Amino acid sequence: MTMNIDDPQPATKTEKAPKKMDALKAAFPHTIPVFTGFTFLGLAYGILMYKSGYGVGWTFLFSLLVFAGSGQYLAITFLTTVFNPLHALLMTLMINARHLFYGISMLERYRNTGKLKPYLIFGLCDETFSIACTTKAQEGVEDRWFLFFITLLDHMYWIFGSVLGGLLGAAIPFNTTGLDFVLTALFTVIFVDQWKKQGGRRSAAIGILSSVASLLVFGPDGFLLPAMAVILVALSLLRLYDKSRKNIIEESTP
Amino acid sequence: MTLTPLQTLAIIGTAIAGTMFTRFLPFFLFRKAKSNHPYITDLGRLLPYAVIGMLVVYCLRNVRFDSPTHGLPEGIAIVSIVILHYWKENTLLSIGVGTGLYMVLIQTVFA
Repeated sequence: MTMNIDDPQPATKTEKAPKKMDALKAAFPHTIPVFTGFTFLGLAYGILMYKSGYGVGWTFLFSLLVFAGSGQYLAITFLTTVFNPLHALLMTLMINARHLFYGISMLERYRNTGKLKPYLIFGLCDETFSIACTTKAQEGVEDRWFLFFITLLDHMYWIFGSVLGGLLGAAIPFNTTGLDFVLTALFTVIFVDQWKKQGGRRSAAIGILSSVASLLVFGPDGFLLPAMAVILVALSLLRLYDKSRKNIIEESTP
Repeated sequence: MTLTPLQTLAIIGTAIAGTMFTRFLPFFLFRKAKSNHPYITDLGRLLPYAVIGMLVVYCLRNVRFDSPTHGLPEGIAIVSIVILHYWKENTLLSIGVGTGLYMVLIQTVFA
């Protein structure tokens, strides 16, 4: 987790602050939607942490060091039940397993990012990934600094929102019952966004059906791991099916 | 605080470990590979869709239809989010209204 921005690197010694300013200017507009989103989600997270008995200092530490929205929401569950780090680790791994695939998608783009790479990977959350997927640095802006500032800004928004929530939770007494639904709402919205994109509808349906089936068989406490296994098998079969169909079409059309 | 400060630090540690393992592993595994295996690439393309579906189910795992509310607050909120998001395509609006509606429902109508 190296965060020293001004640490000059031998290869880029001639390039001074203006270059970085350009990258910051190029990155900032792309992060504005994340600013609103993270302020709201962070706010809710900070309030929930406070209501669970964890002061703003803990919220700050979590947001600074973990920087994973759904993982942090999930961690509240572990903070409010019997201490069980192994269970916490397994659940965190499963809920964050999607990051594996963000990494795989970003292998090439992050390859030559030098000393910025560890921080870029550290901060590859859903939102940063979605910006990185859909944008490119314009002419004259170094892509690794562009990516760095997107990651850094997103990280700062998340810390800002959650700390604000922690402070507000202490200041304003109101009934927060049901506020944890914000996470369900977030995933539902992402699901709808993905559903609209056509290309992954079968996969999305597989995700829902495998999980529901697994939930019915294994119950709420142990269904996630079997669900993931079923999803992997189902997607592999889907891939084979598509390939064989493609081959049939290619063979039948001379 | 339910846990002691030390236990809380341990939970932070596991959250960091669990998150960073998943973020760094691909870069570690494929640090030398020029191109990825087609199976991994295809999986990388398809899996995010399925995982989000799984996470929605995960969030709703404790909803029981034989409970006093029959899962109605969750159902109403989810349907509202889906309709609103199809209509307005505004992430923040959908999340805000959906969460607000759910809170009102369980604090008043289904209290």
